[in-house]
Amino acid sequence: MSTTQFLFSGFGGQGILFAGKFMVYKGMMEGRQVSWLPSYGPEMRGGTASCSVIVGDEPVGSPIVTHPDVLVAMNLPSFDRYEPAVVPGGMVFLDSTLIGRAPARSDVTVYAVPATQMASDNGIPTLANMIIVGKILRVLGQDGKADVEAALKKVISAKHADMLDANLRALQLGANA
Amino acid sequence: MSEKVLMKGNEAIAEAAILAGCRHYFGYPITPQTEIAAYMAKRMPKIGGTFLQAESEIAAINMVYGVSAAGKRVMTSSSSPGISLKGEGISYLAGADLPALVVNVQRGGPGLGGIQPSQSDYFQATRGGGHGDYHMIVLAPASVQEMAEFTVRGFELADQYRMTAMILADGTMGQMMEPVSLDLHVAPMPEKPWATTGTRMQRPHNIVNSLYLVPEVLERSNFERYERYRTVEENETMYESYRMEDAEICIAAFGIAARVSKNAINAARAEGIRVGMIRPQTLWPFPSAPFRAAADRVRCMISVELSMGQMIEDVRLAAECRVPVYLCNRVGGMIPEPEQILAAIREAAKTGGNKQ
Repeated sequence: MSTTQFLFSGFGGQGILFAGKFMVYKGMMEGRQVSWLPSYGPEMRGGTASCSVIVGDEPVGSPIVTHPDVLVAMNLPSFDRYEPAVVPGGMVFLDSTLIGRAPARSDVTVYAVPATQMASDNGIPTLANMIIVGKILRVLGQDGKADVEAALKKVISAKHADMLDANLRALQLGANA
Repeated sequence: MSEKVLMKGNEAIAEAAILAGCRHYFGYPITPQTEIAAYMAKRMPKIGGTFLQAESEIAAINMVYGVSAAGKRVMTSSSSPGISLKGEGISYLAGADLPALVVNVQRGGPGLGGIQPSQSDYFQATRGGGHGDYHMIVLAPASVQEMAEFTVRGFELADQYRMTAMILADGTMGQMMEPVSLDLHVAPMPEKPWATTGTRMQRPHNIVNSLYLVPEVLERSNFERYERYRTVEENETMYESYRMEDAEICIAAFGIAARVSKNAINAARAEGIRVGMIRPQTLWPFPSAPFRAAADRVRCMISVELSMGQMIEDVRLAAECRVPVYLCNRVGGMIPEPEQILAAIREAAKTGGNKQ
């Protein structure tokens, strides 16, 4: 398998960095080469957050993702900013509850998931991020349960250990969306 | 303990310092290195160590001086503007021949600058930064693993040569997470018979000081220090050579610039351009010998930096005018994209350098 460059983007507070960390832990536990780089600039204070995630079989060179194979956009400013950067033939996963417009690109595959609405309807309002991740895993054929649960246990802090089941449910909801 | 864990570069430095026996940390918060202080604040009290947020960077470096004089492993960390404030203390450490580890997770400057990554403190780190004739051992990690390993190495070298060792990282290296093995080998700390640990009425006083009012004595202390520096230059230079075997173009880059350059080199190789890289892992002492050797084989060199061109001076000195050395850079917190470096490589392949 080759290298996949992910860019996760959205509001601060939507769990953008968490979603990216989950993908990195999962990759690492599968013995793949990984890196994770958050935005830490002043824009974080202004509301938007993003992180670069690389999962591949070769040692990671630059950890900075400027042209993602897979873009996750969880709000409109992020979608506006990063949609043009996706590589031709790439994939875009967007939260259609918060992004009203249609994609401008026709050379990428778009998966629109009303993640924020689904999270709210299912009583897990903070887990729209993991609903999107569930969709990604299903599309990429990476939703083997053992890996997923092991990676979740790594990325969920001890303080929030009781959130494991809710996270698994969010991933399932996303997979079936 | 060989299992790899995911850590930010800043956290890897902090944990490696603890593994190296450092039990005294003094700092003052500044982005993008604050995770080091946060990690120390959490861990030090649990292992009988000292974490102290000083009232300023200047206070912190002088606390480092005190602990070092008492013979203990000690460190401080900051980012560019904070390192400038520490400059006086670093000069005093050099004048008193005290070992210490100073971490600089660089951000854009000059002045307060910004908080995004930079490499524009190269001159400050490799030329001294404070007043007087002195050097620091400057280590330039390019992965989270090296952030950990160079931290241990920094403490060892500092003790061995009674010098300040500096980790010269940048915002990207500090903030990124990668798998890291903390199965680190730490050499036993050498005896420090010079330390001010109390005479118990059994030996003469040890004096730690950087004041020498008799010029003949001060001159001798400088000469002796530079003898020691010569040993460091002979024994402690580190670099990585990447795809240089048949290279016609040599990239010079360290830290994050070297990471991005690897992407560009592999893309250029796919186009049939024979390009490689020499990546200094120590910036002082600078690995002049491999650059000097490469200068006889390549057509040109390209220094890729997050500065207006600082390391390029050392590359040119090493190359002794045998080949042209070009600059490929971004500054102010911007990072060159692989495409920019690839374009510089293509340009050099087409027109640049000495034809063979």
